[in-house]
Parts: sequence; structure tokens; C-alpha cells
Amino acid sequence: MSLTIAAQDAAPQQTWLEKLGPGHIVLAVALVLYPLVASDFFLTQIGGYSLIFGMLALSLMMLAGYGGMVSLAQITVAGIAAYAIAILGNNNSNVLGFGWPWWLAAPFAVLAAAVASALIGWISVRTEGIYTIMITLAIATATYYFAQQNYAIFNGHSGYAGIHAPSFWGVNWRDPKAFYYLCLGFAVLSYAAILYGARSTFGLTLQAIRDNPRRMRALGYDVTAHKVFAWFLAGIIAGLAGVLLVWFNGRVSPGTIGVDAAIDVLIIAVIGGLRHPIGPFFGALVVVLMQTFAIDIVGAERFNTLIGLVFLVIVFVSPDGILGLWGRIKPHLAQESLRSGP
Amino acid sequence: MRIHRRTLLALALATGLTAPSLALAADDTIKIGLLATFEGPFTVLGEDGERGAMTAVEEIGGKVAGKTIEIVKGSSDASPDSAVRAARKLVEQDGVKVLVGPLSGDEGLAVKDYAKTQPTVTFINGTSAAQDTTLRNPAENFFRFSTDGAQWMAGLGTYAFNDKGYKKVATVAEDYSFPYTQVFGFMAEFCKAGGKVPSKSWVPIGNKDYSSVIAAIPDDVDAIYVALGGADAVNFLTQYQQSGGTAPLIGGSITVDQTVLTSKGKLRDVLIGTPAAGPTADTNGSPSWTKFVEQYKKQPGAFPSPSLFAHGYYVNMKAALLGLEQAGGDVSDGGAKLRDALSKLSFDTPTGKVSLDKNRNAIADMFLTEVTEGADGNLLNKLVKVVSQVNQTLGIPEDEFMKLGAVNRDNPSCP
Amino acid sequence: MSILDRPSSSDLSGGGMTRRQAWGLFWLLAAALVAWLVFAVWPEWLNAILISKKAFVSAILNGVTLAGLYFLVASGFTLIFGLMRNVNLAHGSLYLLGAYIGYEVANRTGYWLLGVAAGFIVLAAVGVVMQVFVFRRLEGDDLRQTLVSIGISIVAADVMLAVWAGGTYQIAVPEWLDGALTLPVITAVRSNGASVFLTYPLYRLVVLAAAIVIGVGLWLMLNKTRVGMMIRAGVDDRAMLSASGVNVHAVFAIVFAVGAGLAGFAGVVGGSALSVAPGEDIRYLLASLVVVIVGGMGSISGAAIGALLIGLAEQIGLIYFPTYGIVLTFVIMVVALAIRPQGIMGKAR
Repeated sequence: MSLTIAAQDAAPQQTWLEKLGPGHIVLAVALVLYPLVASDFFLTQIGGYSLIFGMLALSLMMLAGYGGMVSLAQITVAGIAAYAIAILGNNNSNVLGFGWPWWLAAPFAVLAAAVASALIGWISVRTEGIYTIMITLAIATATYYFAQQNYAIFNGHSGYAGIHAPSFWGVNWRDPKAFYYLCLGFAVLSYAAILYGARSTFGLTLQAIRDNPRRMRALGYDVTAHKVFAWFLAGIIAGLAGVLLVWFNGRVSPGTIGVDAAIDVLIIAVIGGLRHPIGPFFGALVVVLMQTFAIDIVGAERFNTLIGLVFLVIVFVSPDGILGLWGRIKPHLAQESLRSGP
Repeated sequence: MRIHRRTLLALALATGLTAPSLALAADDTIKIGLLATFEGPFTVLGEDGERGAMTAVEEIGGKVAGKTIEIVKGSSDASPDSAVRAARKLVEQDGVKVLVGPLSGDEGLAVKDYAKTQPTVTFINGTSAAQDTTLRNPAENFFRFSTDGAQWMAGLGTYAFNDKGYKKVATVAEDYSFPYTQVFGFMAEFCKAGGKVPSKSWVPIGNKDYSSVIAAIPDDVDAIYVALGGADAVNFLTQYQQSGGTAPLIGGSITVDQTVLTSKGKLRDVLIGTPAAGPTADTNGSPSWTKFVEQYKKQPGAFPSPSLFAHGYYVNMKAALLGLEQAGGDVSDGGAKLRDALSKLSFDTPTGKVSLDKNRNAIADMFLTEVTEGADGNLLNKLVKVVSQVNQTLGIPEDEFMKLGAVNRDNPSCP
Repeated sequence: MSILDRPSSSDLSGGGMTRRQAWGLFWLLAAALVAWLVFAVWPEWLNAILISKKAFVSAILNGVTLAGLYFLVASGFTLIFGLMRNVNLAHGSLYLLGAYIGYEVANRTGYWLLGVAAGFIVLAAVGVVMQVFVFRRLEGDDLRQTLVSIGISIVAADVMLAVWAGGTYQIAVPEWLDGALTLPVITAVRSNGASVFLTYPLYRLVVLAAAIVIGVGLWLMLNKTRVGMMIRAGVDDRAMLSASGVNVHAVFAIVFAVGAGLAGFAGVVGGSALSVAPGEDIRYLLASLVVVIVGGMGSISGAAIGALLIGLAEQIGLIYFPTYGIVLTFVIMVVALAIRPQGIMGKAR
């Protein structure tokens, strides 16, 4: 804690309310009161879904923004947690399904996702910079094809269905309101963890590594270990999102973790903005709203053109979202690969 | 204070996000959800499904029991997740009480699971043809007036063995549930007749290069059963012809449709004489089919002949409308009257009489066809035989049929 | 027929001699083994293990010809990366667009070769446009270039779906390239003593030949021309190249034209061997990615080696363990990354 305050360089006499800032308070009140006014559809299909994809994009934002590693495999990590829930818990596909209780299966699924994420990280941090995006794309696709072909573990193209969210404390957590609050709870937790983590010793070291890995190595830091641990942490958030996603859908199949979905997460993160951890949630909201209602407005046929153009405009015009990331990793990249021309 | 500005934006958005669902339709309209693949690689098929459904709606002038039919479209990209998302939007946001769709097999299984959580909504299939959508663990409110992929193969195995004299056949199909079902339907009959299937090639989805698969097919088979559709069928056939293949072919329901038959090149040499089976036939001369084709062609962008998807969506939409008619257009009772009417429904479609079994799966006529050269030189599927009133267990007693087990890569087997 | 028939293309990395000799010996042994497998009449036990000689030899041939196609696509990708550090994730879209354009031209004019030429020329032009109007504006900013290329690929895929719908197009191969060729490879001996020879599609061998010719052509261009010299210099040290007075933008435009044109060319050639349909863009993008990751970024010879490995792995996987064929490709990639993160022929940066 002391480190946090030191890093913030803020007045130590602030109350926690002041530290939180008015923006967060207003937002929190709005989010908590949202179920009073929203229909069930808006609660889960828009609210819950945006929060889940916001968490996924947040895990990407953390890697990209603080670690300079742009990953396209976040949906894969989430998918591993989702599949783990289906395999360890109950499903109605007559394949595996060990029937573990949720309180055992869910932590295990998140752990599996985090370990998988660390592994992906370990493979991709062997190379630097822009390679990461290619390697993670290749890994995401390979996992997708493997899941599609493997019946023993992934139940092939059909995947798993009949997965239920748990009921405890007298609440069925898939009920719209309960599920919304569940997603909100985990999203806030992840968000706060990132905010705090960014100013922790580890977070600051990670950012220093992003800015100048050579110097950090010379200073005696284990660059690879820090990066892999960042992947592990991002994997926890993506894994949580994966658990929520499978409880939300009640099913998981290779289509859930396909290339389109992988790119969607990146689009969300970039559209939302990678400068601040709140960006991914805004991106998710915008994209989910567009995806849901495009058919009523422009027709579903050309939806991808629309979202692709929005994405292009944002990357090109570079509003603060992408600018945040750009501004941060530019010095790093400029050092890694010499710029040329005027 | 960037965050502050964002917060205001968030608030503005949040207030816009609270619109309660306008689920209550006006009294004089009935909303029917139409779920098909309007995006992704199956867009063309989904659009033809829509044409079929709209043909049925326009046939009755867009009104049932004095109420106007309002079609609300939902779009999936052929993945089960997207199908459920679209179904959820139609049911929970748009407030439809009757939903027609989806298009493909795994989507059907997913929507069936979703149907169980919405007991007051009536789900009627589009063209999805996986067996277990209705055979195992069915949903009380999911109806399928089109048939499944195994039923589509009715008569083909016996025909190949008896009339064509093929004793040994290799199969080539894509590696997922729909082709499993088709191969199952073919082999159920073919093996029973005494035929042998020494080699089954399951090709990973998305593979376009079949040349190695072709080379691995044993030389001593009498014929090759091919259950591939569209691009894959064209690829396989071209490469088969290029590699100098000579064994005759047997087609699945989507292997030798018009898209394949009209493609140019030397394909035609290997295609002529290929038997296949399915729920429709191009040269069906019956007046009801001819009339359906005429009606269908009024739809914008229609193909020369309705595809299997137009046919399936037509039959299911027609059933929905007939059921609504009998229920007096009343779905205010949670659809109980409608579902009662649907389960007893028996009606004449362009392809013969259709009724439901106890699992709410259709019993219908199937068509055995053979590729021939038409008078104008074009290839077409000539009707060989109508296999009448095929049920889901292919005429095998139910307990015996269930013992055959669920379809998968290795089931059935008769090497 | 053997692996050694690949073009020995430019070695941009220049490794040590002894290491190269060891590899040479390894490849020689491998080639001898393959030659024996191809030309000998197989004993029964070998047939039992490998399904049949016909299946095995066909898989090898298919692997090599597929590698030719992958090489055509990946060489452009790797050149563009090597020189500009630009990961062009729209490269697959260039392939697909080339295929569609080739189809239209070949179909309308009736001349297949015209379609092939159109695929190359139009896509080369598209490449120059992309470089000049899009990527040059984001120069020195790898991440944004990559993101933009993702955006372009999304929009391009959807626009192509709108224009050409979801159908399958097949580019008709001219009469003189069609049909099967009987190769002097005995696959089996009948009981009456007659030998059964292997038949193989002529067109696929033409694809392979085209890939080899283009590989050699690229090597010549890179090593024997002034432009090639500039490109190689740019790959090694871009700043120094521009400092020595070379118009780097012109060099960039040329490389982008060649890379995109090759993708378009491969689209027409590949679309004739297989078919043209939505989704092929992603398929070939991924193939190029894996080929280039394995072979090494920015190296033409790496692209050739990577393409050969991936092509063979894919086809052999397809018949011997169809379920996990894709995993074999993946394993190759991970192993390559673990041993040489920069790729087999890549240079550590």
C-alpha cells in the first residue's frame, strides 16, 4: 500500500472517497442501480455480456498497455476456462463431466486458464514486439482447430452444452439480476486489481521492462519471468471471464474461441481505448450494442464492414484510446526497430 | 479529468440502455421470429431459407386467423453461440412467441437446449438436420417438420447395394455431426443389406485439398460415398477427376445439388450416374411441387429451383402458420393451444404428406435421385424413386434403432 | 521429386559453415530415404504401416506442391516484413482478391494465363496503393500498421462477400494443363506381374514448377539486381540504406508490389488447383504466418524451408492422423520457436 501512495505521488491525507474520485463513484452508482430500470434482456445480453467481454479486453489491455505485448489469444484463454468448467462440472453432452461442485471447478478452471496463459506467454515472449501478435494469432487458431478435431477432451465441433451456473445462498446465479451483479462484481474486482497492480512494484517493473527491456535486464531484473507472470495474471482475468461466459451461454464450442472471436476482443480493446483500464469496458459496450442491434438498423449482412470501418477510423484518427498505448510503447518500439525516412 | 468526462458519457449511455423490452405486440399482429444465417459463409443459404419462409407467408396473404403476421429476422453466423444469441434477442427483446429456425445442425442442438428454458415460446426448426435435436433428450416445445440428415438418406443404401451392385464402399465426409448423420443414414441400410465399408475418411472442416485423402482411398472399392457440400464437393470432385479416379460415386444430400452440377469443367464426367437421396428432387413432376417452385420464384433473388434450405424453411413456416390458424391466432396462453395443434398437424407439402412422431420430428417422403444429362445438356437430378413416409428411426423399431447408439466417427461400422 | 529439388535461394543470414555441412548431411540422408521410399517396390509390412505406397507417395507429392503454393504466398509476406517491419495481416485478403480477379478475367476472356497475369498485376497495384496511402502514413509504428491491416482484412472480407457472395468459384484450368500424368513410380505389382504406376495431376506439378521458377527468380532479383541489392541492404539496416541516398519509399513500393502481386498470383494459381471461397483469406494468412514464424522473418530461403515443412506436415497429417494433422503444424511451430525464436533462417534482431 505504501508503495501505491508513493507511486501516485498524491497527498497522503486523502480519504478513500476522495482517492476514488467522483467519476468512479458516479459510475458505480449508475451500474449498481442499472437493474432497476433495465429489462432482463438489457441486463444480461447487453450488460452482462459487455462486462464479460470488457474483462476479456481488459486482460488484453493489461498485457498491451503495461507490458507492450498485444495478444490475440485472450479468447483462447477464456475458452480453456470455459471448457474446464464443462469438463470438470456437469454437461449434457455425455462426454466427460466429472461432476465437481462449482466451488471446486470454477477456481480450478481459472487456474487452468492462467497456467495456459502463462504458457502462451512463455512461448511468445521468446520473441519481441510485433511478433507476439502473430504468434498468439497462430496459437489461437491452432487451439480452435484442435478443439474442433478432438473428441476425447473437447467433444469436437459440437462442444459442450447443458452447463448450468451454480445456485447457492438461495440465488440462482443465472437469473438476470443475479448474473448481472455477478459479472459486475468480477469486472469491478478485475478493474480495481489492474488499477492497483499498475502502481504496485510488479506493475511498475513491468512498465519499465516495456519501455526498456535491455536496461532492466542490466539492472538484474528477470525480464522473461516478469513478462510470463504478467501473462499469468492476465490469464486469471480472462479465465474469470471465460467462466462467466460459459455460465452465461450454457454451452461452449470451438466457434466460441474462433479467429473471429479472437479478433473481436482486439477490436473491443482498441475501440475502447487502451490508455486506461476503463476503456475495454466502453469498447465492449459499443461493440455489443452494435452487434445486437445492427440487424434492426443496417441489416446483419454488412455488419462486419461497419465495424471494420469504425475500427479503421479509430486506429487512423487515433483518439486517446489507441493513443495511450501508442504513446507508451512508441519509445520502446522506436528503440527496438530503427525508424527510417522523414 | 478524463475519467470524469467518460463517466458522463457512461451515464448517458446507461440511461439509453434501459429501454424496457417492447414485448407486447399489438393485438392484431403475431410476431414470428425467423432465425437463419444472414452473415458469415452460409449467407447465401440463409437468404434462400428466408425466401422459402416468405413464400409460405405470402401464400396466405400475410394473415392468419385475421391477424397480421410480422416477421422479425434474427441472424447467426452458423455457430451455435451466435444462433442462441440471436434466438435470445428474438425471444427476450423482440418478444416473439413463435420462432422458425435455425439453419444448421449444431445450431439446432443449441437452440433446442435454449428452448427448454423458454417453455412458453414455440420453436419450429428451419433446416437443421442433426439427429439428436429431436431423437435424444428432446425439448417439449421444439418441433421439426423437416427431417433429419439420416432420414434424407432413406433408400440410398439399399439402392446402391441391390440396384447398383456395389458391395464395398469407402466414405469421404467432413468431420462433424451433420456428415456423421448422413453417413449413418447411408450405412444403416447399406450394411444391413450386406455391404461393407472398409474405409471412412473424416476430413477436417475447412480442408480444401482432398488429393491425399483421395490417394488413401483403397483401390478395390466399388464406389465412394461422398457427403460434402458446396465448395468441398466441387473441390473433391475436381481433384478426383484430376487424379484420374475411376470408381463411381454416391452422393449425400448436399453433394450433388445445383451449385455443384452447374459448375464448369470435367466434373460432369465423374458425376453422371451418381445416385443420391434427399428431401427434394429437381425433376419432381408433381403439381404441388411445380406450384411451389412458381411461388418461390416470385421472391426477389430466387434461384431457378428452390434449394433444400428454401424447402425446409417453407415447410416449417407453413406448419407454423397452419398451427396458428388452428389455434385461432391465439398465443396468449403461453402457446399451449398452438403446440397442441402442431403436434397433431398433418398436412400436404410440395413434397408429400408430413406428420410428426412422438418426439415432434417429421415423418415425410424422401427422394432417391440420379444425376443424368438433361435434354439441354445440363446435368440434373432425375427422380428415381420416392421412398414414402420415412420416420426418424428409418423404419427400424425404435428400441433396436436406439441400440445402434448416437452417431459419431466410428458408429456405425461394417468394415 | 526429392526435398533437395527446392531452389537453393539466397541465404540472407549467413550461418557458419560447419553447421551448414551438418545440415547438408542430414538433408542428404533424408533425401536418400525419401528416394528409396519413392522408387522401391514396397514390402508388405511397409504397406501395412503406411496404408499404401500410393497414399504415401501422393501425400509427399501433395505436400511438396502445397508447399509451392504456400511459398508463393509467404514469400511476399516475409519480404514485406523483412524490409518494412510491417506485419501485413491483410495478406490473406490479397490472396483471395487475386483469386476472384483471376476468376473474373479468365472467365470473361477465356484465357487462363490472362487471369493469372491479371491476378498479379492488379494485386501489385493494390499493394502499391496500400503502401503509399495507408502504411506509409503510419511508418515506424508497427503496432498501428498491424492493427490497420487487421481492419483492412475485416472490411475486405466483407466487401468480397458482398460482391462475389458466398459461392464457390473454380477457375478452369486450360486443357493443356488438365488431366493426370503417369509418373515412373511403381505403386504396386499386380498378381500377373504388371506394374501399377502412380498417376498424378499434371496441374499440381505445374504449380510446383511455377513456385520453383519464381523462387529462383526472386533469388536472382535479390542477388543480381540493383533493386535487389537495395532490398537486401534495407533488410539488414534500413537507416543506413536511406542515409546512403537511396529513395527508400520507391524500394518499399517495389517490395510491396512484388509481395502483393505474388499473393494475387498465388490466389489465381491456388484457386485453379483448389477453389475460391470466403474463408480462404484466413487460411492462407495463417499458413503464411506459420511458414514465416518457422522459417524466419524476412528470409526467402526461410519461407521456402518453412513452406516445405508445413506443407508436408499438413498432407502427411491429413492421411495418417487426420484428427491431429493441424496439431503437427502447431508442434513444428512451437519447437521452432523454442529452439530458434527468430525462425530457422531468421536473424536475431
